[in-house]
Amino acid sequence: MSGAHQRGGLDALEAQRTEPAWLRLLLIGVALAFLACFLGVPLLAVFTEAFRRGAGVYFQSLVDPAALAAIRLSIFVTLVAVPLNVLFGLMAAWAIARFSFRGKNLLLTLIDLPFSISPVVAGLMLVLLFGMQGLLGPALRRLDLDVIFAVPGILIATLFVTFPFVARELIPLMQQQGAEEEEAAVLLGANRWQLFLRITLPNIRWGLLYGVVLSTARALGEFGAVSVVSGHIRGRTNTIPLHVEILYNEYNFSAAFAVASLLTLFALLTILMKSWLEWRISRELGASTEEAKP
Amino acid sequence: MSIEVRRVRKRFQNFTALDDVSVSIGSGELVALLGPSGSGKTTLLRVIAGLEIPDPHPDSAVLVNGDDILGGDLRQRRVGFVFQHYALFRHMTVYDNIAFGLTVRPRAERPPKEEIRERVTRLLQLIQLEGLANRFPSQLSGGQRQRVALARALAIEPKVLLLDEPFGALDAKVRQDLRRWLRRLHDELHVTTILVTHDQEEALEVADRIVLMNHSRIVQVGTPEDVFHRPASQFVMDFLGHVNLFHGRMDGDQFVRDAAGEAGDRVYARPFQLDIHRTAVARTTTKAKVRRILAAGPIVKVELSGESGDPILAEMTHERLRELKLAVNEDVYVTLKEAQVFQEDYSI
Repeated sequence: MSGAHQRGGLDALEAQRTEPAWLRLLLIGVALAFLACFLGVPLLAVFTEAFRRGAGVYFQSLVDPAALAAIRLSIFVTLVAVPLNVLFGLMAAWAIARFSFRGKNLLLTLIDLPFSISPVVAGLMLVLLFGMQGLLGPALRRLDLDVIFAVPGILIATLFVTFPFVARELIPLMQQQGAEEEEAAVLLGANRWQLFLRITLPNIRWGLLYGVVLSTARALGEFGAVSVVSGHIRGRTNTIPLHVEILYNEYNFSAAFAVASLLTLFALLTILMKSWLEWRISRELGASTEEAKP
Repeated sequence: MSIEVRRVRKRFQNFTALDDVSVSIGSGELVALLGPSGSGKTTLLRVIAGLEIPDPHPDSAVLVNGDDILGGDLRQRRVGFVFQHYALFRHMTVYDNIAFGLTVRPRAERPPKEEIRERVTRLLQLIQLEGLANRFPSQLSGGQRQRVALARALAIEPKVLLLDEPFGALDAKVRQDLRRWLRRLHDELHVTTILVTHDQEEALEVADRIVLMNHSRIVQVGTPEDVFHRPASQFVMDFLGHVNLFHGRMDGDQFVRDAAGEAGDRVYARPFQLDIHRTAVARTTTKAKVRRILAAGPIVKVELSGESGDPILAEMTHERLRELKLAVNEDVYVTLKEAQVFQEDYSI
């Protein structure tokens, strides 16, 4: 009896602290409706459009030589850009998190630059630098090297736009974890490689993987910067997003959506990986702050 | 192994952490570096470990067993270092943590797997955590973690053991147990040990010798008895425990209070060096009023306020309290059994 009474009192208290039920339902409803309209419906549209003319046409569009060439180029660019990003990202994060030096803030700002600049501007900048009339144009012509409207240009553009992901993820992580474990390892006799492979890398592995997932997604999906430098040569300098655009402009909707569905599937996979990694990282950090307590 | 630090200086940007510091530590000694935070004691420890490089200076040297180790390879120093926040490798088990220093050795020097296992098992027994070899650091209590950190440092059979506030993050009870355990361990192993602490009780209880630091300099070196009973300065007197300050001068046994405006000496007395009387006696230092009596504990603490209102703390046995039958708000007379006198013009 008195328990029920107390419960009622607590409910009243609870009600004072939170919003009324109808308002909560309304807010949740609006958020869900928004998500459905702007994310759910387009997602559905991609797949219905892709399969509109049957599974046969769908798979036909994917094994079309031009589509296969685009897929190959995208995968090649990603496989080169992401490992380079890991290397640069690790070096930049190590330098920034472990040492104090003049120009550290400038370096941090530079790492952020690709985030703040429009990809199209980045592409134009590369054309101005490496194009025929560009700064390095004559030198490249003498060496008989094509950068703009060729694969190297696409690679450089992709590297530029994906550069911040790994470094940006690792810097706060390494700063929070501190250098004590590394100092302990060195005093126990570890050499540089042992220090990196047995202490540093295991501590940052989830953050590193997170950065890899994000930069892979960006490398596969990048449109703006790559579009400027690519020249859209079918079968040679088209990546998946550029191929989708060409198909769409040719009113070949089913094929365009079929190829687009590949990117969509990869995006869904990225989201899954991302939330799983976020959960791992928060667990790891939880354990490490736990460690600092008595 | 003996350690000698000669005229070491270290500046960080605008802050001098070590200002011409020299100290020598004998083989097998347990020395406490004691001082308030920011006094430079941790920097000195990190210089000895090789984690900080002192400012270049022709007279500077850090000698271990007579060899200058400045500029040498950090990994060859065989220094056991224990961090305040343990710095255990969070992704390794207790076993792997302790074995780390052995498993990273070059193949030629690395003991065989069986021997490593034996040594880790022995260390686990030493720290009384035999059953926890497969736990991860996050599954241990603070005291257990610190013991694992100590075992990890001991596994490489260090020439010197350096402890940076090793018990600073633990609660009072665990701290006391661990510091006694550390002292017993040192008596068994006889590894030259330097312990950094800001806790004077810890230093007085554990160390063979105490090196007191303040403002980036060493202010006194001596045995616990030395520094406690013969402090070299007001700072040392003040830092090593509660003191009562009386303005005046000692005329033989007799305390003479300064007349108004007169600047005399500073007379310091610890609470246990005061005596309380119910009636005025010869040699009375000051009249005082009893404010509080704290009788819960092995000794009784009596808080008083002196004639000018300044607080005075006295300590006495329970027998003495019963003899005196003190009550709060009573007027009593304070005398000095012993005192330390410092010149007034010395500023801390």
